[in-house]
Amino acid sequence: MSWGCRGLTVRYGATVGCEDVTFEVAAGTVAAVVGGDGAGKTSLLRALAGTARPAAGAVRRPDERRLGYVSAGPGVWADLTVDENLRFAGRAYGLDAAELDRRIGELLERTGLASARDRLAGRLSGGMRQKLAMAMAVAHEPDLLILDEPTTGVDPVSRAELWRLLAAAAAGGAAVVVATTYLDEAERAATVLVLDRGRELLAGTPDELLAATPGLVVEGTDRPRGVPSWRRGARWRAWSPDGSIPAGSTPATLDLEDTVIIAQLAQDERRRGAA
Amino acid sequence: MWAMAMKEFRQMRRDRRTLAMMILLPVLLLVVFGYAASFDVDRVRTVVVGPGAEAVAAALPERLDVVRVAPGEGREQAVEALRDAEAAVAVVTADAGQPQVLVDGADLFSARSVVTELRGRPGLPTPEVLFNPGLETSAIMVPGLMGVVLVFVGTVATALGVVRERQSGTLEQLAVMPFKARDVLAGKLLPYLGVAFVDLVVIVAIGVLLFDVPFNGSPLVFALGALLFLFVTVGIGVLISTVSETQGQAIQLAIMTMLPQILLSGLIFPLQAMAAGVRWIGYLLPLTYFVQVARGVMVRGASFEALLLPLGMLAVLGAVVFGLSIARFRRDLAPSGRHREHGPAGQDRDAAAPTRAGAR
Repeated sequence: MSWGCRGLTVRYGATVGCEDVTFEVAAGTVAAVVGGDGAGKTSLLRALAGTARPAAGAVRRPDERRLGYVSAGPGVWADLTVDENLRFAGRAYGLDAAELDRRIGELLERTGLASARDRLAGRLSGGMRQKLAMAMAVAHEPDLLILDEPTTGVDPVSRAELWRLLAAAAAGGAAVVVATTYLDEAERAATVLVLDRGRELLAGTPDELLAATPGLVVEGTDRPRGVPSWRRGARWRAWSPDGSIPAGSTPATLDLEDTVIIAQLAQDERRRGAA
Repeated sequence: MWAMAMKEFRQMRRDRRTLAMMILLPVLLLVVFGYAASFDVDRVRTVVVGPGAEAVAAALPERLDVVRVAPGEGREQAVEALRDAEAAVAVVTADAGQPQVLVDGADLFSARSVVTELRGRPGLPTPEVLFNPGLETSAIMVPGLMGVVLVFVGTVATALGVVRERQSGTLEQLAVMPFKARDVLAGKLLPYLGVAFVDLVVIVAIGVLLFDVPFNGSPLVFALGALLFLFVTVGIGVLISTVSETQGQAIQLAIMTMLPQILLSGLIFPLQAMAAGVRWIGYLLPLTYFVQVARGVMVRGASFEALLLPLGMLAVLGAVVFGLSIARFRRDLAPSGRHREHGPAGQDRDAAAPTRAGAR
């Protein structure tokens, strides 16, 4: 079973959230939606979750009882305890009392929130709050799990723990869609959709995207002239569309961040050419 | 300092609601006050009953506005006319002796103006004040203030409760959960309604025990009026929440709806004393009708039939306001709902919808 959208456009008045986006996520896999601020990630996810109305295109998603969603908020009730939040989510999705008790115990152990069970959600750290939100979203073992930037602003240890949780959800059979601004996270996904200004920039598996990257990426200590370049730590990386190696540079190992940057540079070049 | 002042000015300029409150509200209040703020009741509705009623009616001072003359009726019917708020004064004539002048003490300012006019005039009967014989202000104000408390709980608390969900991002979470919009709304509002009712019972108890406010009528009729009034105020609270992004905005709007109600509902200034150009606003306000119900039941002991008009108006206002608030709330909670296609079991699909703004 797969879920997703075809030719999806979401508008907010005169503003385009996303335009003509086609995207699919299969059961048991993680799909990453990547893009900067205003790229259209949240618009896409909201349309998938049913909280934004498509202006064009079609969305395929399960019944709301089989959907789990973590908003960018995240949507936890600050004046309820961890246990009360989980209990509310479980009851909302129709879990009976016995099943709910079992599931809450299981989720508290998996998320490491057992010791904070009776703490108000508003008093949790950012990472703990995100874990609670994720636990609420998977309490009913959904078929489609949608997460909007669950790791933004979270410490690295919590980020790793959150990814373990969503990987576990996928291993349990859920189709998982996660929006992220972190390309190192996107590399862990089975498929990646890169959005830029509301439109699809790249789509495919991480390996496909790397293989399809045109030209060559080089790096050196000095900024090379005459080619587009960007900083990576203390060194400079550059894109050589024709494959030549500028003086003072050596070929670099390509990664997803390079691929995305190159795709954006190529896009900008096409726009300048069209103008 | 100037940098700070300029920053503050720029922020204020963009905060249209606060600007409206600062500029428009004082102007509005002053104009309204000018026309509404009066305790002088020039015309007092009067019924005249008993033999020779027509002759007596013709001889009454101009202040007494005769609305009905009934020679075949007596004191009992006159008291009923006052209890039903048909009139504020009833003159009961007799074959011999002076007529009796009965005054509705629950219509405080009308009563005071009549009593002042008639007392001390030789040859005229001493008026008998019914329902609130001591012409106590507390007997009239306390039932009305109960309405103010219900407005506060129903409108302000409800608006804040719903806006808090939007501000914290949990409204979006609720929109995804398998709740119907009516379940969310009813579930959210039930506790507020419960607390409001407890508040009401406590206030009535304090009013009766501490301020000696009478409770002469049916608690059931009073409860019905309170419930209908709460539906309106809660509906207004939900409406406010659908047009507010923050709790601050919600409170501003709630204040702007509360002030006209307090000033123009007859709670403080009698409706009869207001200029017609302003009085009509009072007839659109829910507190106007609750004040009539509360005073009618508690002070006059009015019957359900006598209060059909204010109860009916509250029901109509409740249906309109609540219906509108549900429609807007549903739009916030389920923007995709109407365009959902149902595919194979367990699989829903949103078709391409007509071009429409999808976000708030």
